[in-house]
Amino acid sequence: MEQKIKHHLTDEILMAYAAGTLPEAFNLMVATHISLCDECRSRLYAFEAVGGEMLDQTPSNVVAMDNGSLAATMALIAGGAQDEVTPVRAEGSILPGPLQDYVGGDVGDISWRSVGMGVKQAILPTSSDASARLLYIPAGAAMPDHGHHGTEMTMVLQGAFQDEDDYFARGDVEVANSDLHHTPVADIHEDCICLAVTDAPLRFKGLVPKIAQRFARI
Amino acid sequence: MNVGLETPKVVRRAPGPFGAGAVKGPAHMNELSDARMQWVSHMHRIRDDQDSRAFAQLFEHFAPRVKGFLIKSGADASLAEEVAQEVMATCWHKAHLFDPARASVATWIFTIARNRKIDVLRKQRRPEPEDLGWGPEEEPDQADIMALQQEAAQLGDAIAELPPAQRELIEKAYFGDLSHSEIAAQTGLPLGTIKSRIRLALDRLRHNMK
Repeated sequence: MEQKIKHHLTDEILMAYAAGTLPEAFNLMVATHISLCDECRSRLYAFEAVGGEMLDQTPSNVVAMDNGSLAATMALIAGGAQDEVTPVRAEGSILPGPLQDYVGGDVGDISWRSVGMGVKQAILPTSSDASARLLYIPAGAAMPDHGHHGTEMTMVLQGAFQDEDDYFARGDVEVANSDLHHTPVADIHEDCICLAVTDAPLRFKGLVPKIAQRFARI
Repeated sequence: MNVGLETPKVVRRAPGPFGAGAVKGPAHMNELSDARMQWVSHMHRIRDDQDSRAFAQLFEHFAPRVKGFLIKSGADASLAEEVAQEVMATCWHKAHLFDPARASVATWIFTIARNRKIDVLRKQRRPEPEDLGWGPEEEPDQADIMALQQEAAQLGDAIAELPPAQRELIEKAYFGDLSHSEIAAQTGLPLGTIKSRIRLALDRLRHNMK
């Protein structure tokens, strides 16, 4: 049994996921979290139900279909369902299914790049309106102190980290906004692997990380 | 499908979207959920009998709504027409995956339309969450189906009764492909007002679902 998740997705994020208005990197965060969290999955279903009711009962949104539309649809149906590729996913991986799809394999297939002090990252391919990356932080090590322009969400996949306020273990999501400057530290017992998504470039305090940032395409 | 393999798959079932426990609604709720139960039976006729009359009725009701949703999301009329047809064809092809103990037909169609919107209009890759491992071979209980469809009816009522200013923002959040900041820019309302109105609307929906 997974340890109980204590830090969940916000209503705003779940609602936007249900509506299909999030950048791809944030969709990846939500899909990954609900793969581990039945509570947020259930909340997501409620937000999707709101979308269903809005679809059903908003008369101003009804736009007549073209003539012959039903016949054209029956022809589409007769043409058969489109083949869908079911992704092959490893069971019992620390990477939930959606992340395996983006990594193109399991933990061993992640192409880590060092960003200094033992910290490594791997940027995942998503649309450019936001970015997603995996972070590897050695046990007991601190992340460089950084603030945020936009919204950053960080979810623990392995190990744990703590910042000034709280403790985050597997499945927990930390949401940081522009007013927060924090210094997360990985728990001493195990190297920490996280998924982090942000809709703005991170800014690191101090010169060296800034240059590193440019090279590392953070 | 891996039916019959030696390792039994653990079937998890998430609690329903409205929390645990069936709704003990007033008697009129049964009538309100009738329309939704009828759509469920349409889906079963499509699944079991490839019933094109049931499909025609489903199409007549939902296709124009899906088309409207796509136009509000930024598609032009001809793309919206094409994608709405695809969405309705998907309803036929995936009828066996529809789970009426988990969603109303309207909700299920909404999620299909939303997914196509992301694929075609936003042209983004769409991360697929792990599913819970329930299969079409497990037919849900009639009582669970009734309970869920009644809850959907109750939610529909609660949305209809929202104050107009709140309802309008919920509508913009779902139809218009807008983030909260984009809604702020479009309406001229401060972002804080938008967030608090949406929060109030959700509080009210939650209260009415108790």
